[in-house]
Amino acid sequence: MATYIQIDPTQKLEPFKSVKKLPLEEYFTSGHRTCQGCESALVMKMMAKAAGPRSIILGSTGCMYVANTTYYSTSWVVPWMHTQLGSSGSAALGTSAALKVLMRKGKIKNEPINVIAFCGDGGGADMGVGAISATLTHAEYNSLILMYDNESYANTDIQLSGSTPWGANTTFSSPGKMKRIMHRRWKKNMAGMMAAGHPECKYVATICMSYGLHGMNSIRKALAIGGPTFIHSLDPCPKGWDYDPYLSHEMGELAVNSGVWPLYEVENGVLRLTGRTEQIAAGKIRRVPVRDYLLKQGRFAHFTNDDIDYFQSKVDDMWEKWLIPGVIPFRKDVEADPPPAN
Amino acid sequence: MATATYVEEQRSIDKTALITGSEAIAVACKLADVDVITAYPIRPYDTVMQYICKLVANGEMDCEYIVAEGEHSQFEIVKHACACGARVFCGSSGVGWMYAMEALTVTPALRIPMVAMVGNRALDDPGAFGVEHNDALAVRDLGWQLVWVDNAQEALDTALIAYRVSEDRRIFLPCAISCDGAFLTHSQALVKIPSQEKVNQFLPRYNRADLLLHPDNPITVAPQGNEDWVMEIRRQNYAAMERSSLVLKEAYADFDRIFGRSYGNPFFEEYETDDADIVLMGMGTLSTPVKVAIRQMRKEGKRVGFVRMRWFRPFAAAELAKSLGRFQAVGVIDRDYSFGSPYMSGVLTTEVRTALYSAAGPKPPVLGFIAGLGGREVTVPDVQRVADSVYQAADGKSQPLTQWIGLRE
Repeated sequence: MATYIQIDPTQKLEPFKSVKKLPLEEYFTSGHRTCQGCESALVMKMMAKAAGPRSIILGSTGCMYVANTTYYSTSWVVPWMHTQLGSSGSAALGTSAALKVLMRKGKIKNEPINVIAFCGDGGGADMGVGAISATLTHAEYNSLILMYDNESYANTDIQLSGSTPWGANTTFSSPGKMKRIMHRRWKKNMAGMMAAGHPECKYVATICMSYGLHGMNSIRKALAIGGPTFIHSLDPCPKGWDYDPYLSHEMGELAVNSGVWPLYEVENGVLRLTGRTEQIAAGKIRRVPVRDYLLKQGRFAHFTNDDIDYFQSKVDDMWEKWLIPGVIPFRKDVEADPPPAN
Repeated sequence: MATATYVEEQRSIDKTALITGSEAIAVACKLADVDVITAYPIRPYDTVMQYICKLVANGEMDCEYIVAEGEHSQFEIVKHACACGARVFCGSSGVGWMYAMEALTVTPALRIPMVAMVGNRALDDPGAFGVEHNDALAVRDLGWQLVWVDNAQEALDTALIAYRVSEDRRIFLPCAISCDGAFLTHSQALVKIPSQEKVNQFLPRYNRADLLLHPDNPITVAPQGNEDWVMEIRRQNYAAMERSSLVLKEAYADFDRIFGRSYGNPFFEEYETDDADIVLMGMGTLSTPVKVAIRQMRKEGKRVGFVRMRWFRPFAAAELAKSLGRFQAVGVIDRDYSFGSPYMSGVLTTEVRTALYSAAGPKPPVLGFIAGLGGREVTVPDVQRVADSVYQAADGKSQPLTQWIGLRE
């Protein structure tokens, strides 16, 4: 059959076998001004380490722009460029297209260079979703778009985004005397949407850097597979979620273990639940009640028991009623609409 | 080999073709060996992208031709490609250009030498496909070099000049080439297409140099400058725009030397001004009815001239003021509006008055005329009415500072 899509070679990035086997070199180092306990900064560090030195990183407006790149004190060792809030998709596409054509025309040396564009949940799930979606349809351009999701516009004063969980207290949804729940939208399902809507995209994954090796290996897989890819990372944020910074790692674990944040990857169209999520789905471990996750965070301190029950019921739905647990909200109704036989 | 000889011959021979303004710019992109081009549909500019699509499909042009999902992405994609060393082309019209406004803002700020075509179109609402200049003018303060051309030949030539000047390391600013919607984008004319050989001689390869985004040059581009540094960085853009006049003059001189065609003064074209009592001014294809009207008026003994502004940014204020000082009165026809501006005049009128205010020489009165909005035709009688009013002003008779011409009462 004819080849319609010309994908340039990518770097061979084998998975890291263990934390002890990680390279010592850092490509995201000192100079940044992120908050104590910032998990997104850890994502940047791990992402750059996983990608290595032959990489170009584009960062859209957000915490990881403002806090990381004060003029004259950049924390990036690899080339880095700012892109506009809704432009992570366009930045990845433009950079990758330039490399492809300049190499083809012999204007620069022909070698695989990683292109990563990152965005926050505001830049990705709200403003930039159209551009990310478009880029994921351009199958001939190698890039990774990584959305670091701290569940609010955390750099501009903790305003809610389309990725903020139901009921959370943000500066745009602060509870008052008459209305306790000002944010009544359920969190947007970005990874599921990207995986379901872009059949040419070879890799979509969810990660949480509380499981660092898993996260880094997902990033390496996304870069090595070729074509445009998407990773959605859940990043606990002490400032926005209102908890003691020393709890960041534990908060990520609780998000996964309560089933609020399912870990999975869709590789060449094949879905695989990963990490702790796989064990939950297989019945090897039980989900922790969401109460244990919510009540450790000040942003849910106004919740009543009814609110917690509602939240729990929505998470239970994800696991019990969705056709594929935690991934895509198509409901199974086994009696009326049995799944197709194998 | 025979084929090779044939190709060589092709490369060195100028050709003539009957093409539209949009097609002329597409040909310029091919001759400039542009690397990354992004398209998004909006009339009337989009015809340039239709021609480029055909050039790519026919194997006449090698570039990444990307159809974006909106103008904001369209301009962001090429902005990033250009930062990585790719020569880029983009374009839009009317509200499409405005949809890209955030990207248009950061492009000069990042010192990205993007070349874009604006097929000038009225802004919504109400909808109109026809020409108005408010779209391109919206970026006049941001560091874009802005030029208005009035025929297909000038469109092709100016695109080559735009790459040469924008990509000069002394400049590194974007350039938007304005072509009046329909009147130029869709009108055919005979155009001399220069040989590849001559274009290569005129236009060096784009070299991003120390600003190249590449692992061999690991720089951080556009960090947070804040009050510490933003003012100094703005000043660098100011200096680049200031140098643009000089680099433009160099480029036009070289253009004349290599292609054997001269545009005279790069910044504005003068028509029948040698003995003129009064002059009219304007930008773009307005020149056609104005020149016809001037020929008629001259038969009646009225010594009327025309000054067509080509480069709006940089604005050649001193040269223009010196030239206008020769006349008894000036009438500026704006195909744009600026509601609430000084004397409620159009944008060009206000700029011309500003240029004259600080001039050392004589300061003739400047009347502003708003005409041809939404693509309405500016007719020869319209131009004659304008000239009559300017003659009145020249005779010292009071005239309104802003008049709407061709308006249904």
